[in-house]
Amino acid sequence: MSRPASRITSAAVVSALLLALLATLPVWLGRHPYYVNIASQILLWSVAALALNILVGYAGLVSLGHAGLLAVAGYAVGLLLQAGGGHLVACLAAIGVTLAASAVFAVLALRSTGIGFLMITLALGQIVWGVAYRWASLTNGDNGVTLASRPAPMGLSLAGAGPFYYATLVIFLVALLSMWVLVRSPFGASLAGTRDQPRRMTALGFNVWLIRFVAFLISGFWCGVSGLLYVYYHQFIAPPAAALTASAEILLMVISGGTATLLGPIVGAAIVVIMKNVASAYIERWNLVLGLIFILIISFMPEGLVPGSVRLARAGWAWARASLPIKSARQPQERTS
Amino acid sequence: MNLWLTLTVNSVALGGVLFLLSSGFSLIFGLMRIPNLMHGSFFMLGAYLGVTLLARGVNFWVAALASAAAMALIGGLIERFLLRRLEGQTLPQVLLTLGFAFIIADVCLMLWTGDPWQPATPGHLRGAVQVAGLYFPIYRLVIVLVAVAVAVALWLLVDWTRLGAMIRAGVDDAPIARVVGIRVSRLFTLVFALGAALAAFGGVMGAPYLSVYPGLDFEMLPLALIVVILGGVGSLLGALVGSFIIGFLYNFGTALLPDLAYVILFLPMVLILVLRPQGLFGKVTT
Repeated sequence: MSRPASRITSAAVVSALLLALLATLPVWLGRHPYYVNIASQILLWSVAALALNILVGYAGLVSLGHAGLLAVAGYAVGLLLQAGGGHLVACLAAIGVTLAASAVFAVLALRSTGIGFLMITLALGQIVWGVAYRWASLTNGDNGVTLASRPAPMGLSLAGAGPFYYATLVIFLVALLSMWVLVRSPFGASLAGTRDQPRRMTALGFNVWLIRFVAFLISGFWCGVSGLLYVYYHQFIAPPAAALTASAEILLMVISGGTATLLGPIVGAAIVVIMKNVASAYIERWNLVLGLIFILIISFMPEGLVPGSVRLARAGWAWARASLPIKSARQPQERTS
Repeated sequence: MNLWLTLTVNSVALGGVLFLLSSGFSLIFGLMRIPNLMHGSFFMLGAYLGVTLLARGVNFWVAALASAAAMALIGGLIERFLLRRLEGQTLPQVLLTLGFAFIIADVCLMLWTGDPWQPATPGHLRGAVQVAGLYFPIYRLVIVLVAVAVAVALWLLVDWTRLGAMIRAGVDDAPIARVVGIRVSRLFTLVFALGAALAAFGGVMGAPYLSVYPGLDFEMLPLALIVVILGGVGSLLGALVGSFIIGFLYNFGTALLPDLAYVILFLPMVLILVLRPQGLFGKVTT
């Protein structure tokens, strides 16, 4: 059987090609900073979607408060920089604050699972929005917080579209790699166990609550990282970043691409970011489009685009093999299933 | 009228509006296990419909009932043709209701523009009554009376009628209820339509006092969530008590600590989750 080996090789080749494409993207799009910026947006939202996917996909816990965590990180950086802190200190402190917020979210939301978890995270996300909007003396209310500059780690300024894209790409790749490791680790397996069979996991001696709590913290950490990217990308953050609509967009990225897959959230982020930019160029009604996509995906591809496309491709491949006599002679019919 | 009395009266009135909103949410959630994230949208769309009718000179009560009937129809159709197919699948239900919430928000913005609409208080409900030397605005009292009347009616319906018994049977064990001849799916459509109607009715009742504006939907939805978490899922008494608690916290919080009003609003929810996850009057945890 040479099939598994060839599959790994082809996966490696495809990944290498994709990586090369991502690494050289600013070269191809060099004359159009607009497109480079869109690529940066896709990558930064991919990090958020990958973070949410840990909970939605692997833990089976649907959170509608993740934009709140993203905004906590963004606001923390913005306010610390305004208070005169350095970039490094501000970023580290922001991640710390986001982890603390995630711990609070997790302790409260994990009192429950399923719909209860969703409603509690939604309510908590709304608190963050409410604080950002109403506590004007701290957050500057509706006017938001503006950042004077992007950081220049090791003397490399990230002010331009290209350099910022590369910084985002590096962080995105680290996030992706860490998810890959996480999913294949014993922890990832036990996390999936708590999703599918929480009672059996308890009976086997696993601390289901603790596993979910740690998963929430990891998710919160990466969400905070994407918050840093968000606030440095826009150099601005305002209450809508924490709103339910934003949380719903991240969830749409995860679900439209396909939950519990590594590629799905990235594809979903790309679709949402591109749709949002294209749609807003032609129509004012982005939310209307967003709502329609939700309903169409649920109606026609409930498992998400990546698994859905794989399913369609497999079906098409099986159909092609069945209809081409040479192929079907070489590969017996039993293997088409 | 002094500040404290004004705040108290406003709190009670907001509690009444919140009960009309959250009782439907609680019924749908408690009976059908559907997280209806478009409940705030039902409230807002209902309010817009009512306000439009009022602007055409329709009687206030007729407008409220007509708007409730329209939302019952819309809600019933969504349940019958879309939600029904997703029975028991939480995530798709969440996405579908959220998708509709976004669509309704955008359609409302398109049709009624971004300016707030505030209908005048209907003529026969204007003015105030004098009790023990203090003046109470009639309209606010009427809201409370309506909310209490609806609470009693719902309680009678669910606990004391044949229909209510059938609904409870469908919730406890849908397959067995079907076996003994109860048409559970039809009951669920009915409950969903009833919830949508109550939300719309609440929207119209609240309009002269809250006004109607874009974003009202996602402002009311979390309030309904807290009320239900606070009071207990599926408990009408819980929804009633929770509504008034939140009504008071909202008004007093906004007046006394405007910066932190939103945080104060959510504190009781946090306390309840830590101390009594099933809610004040709930039997099971969410």
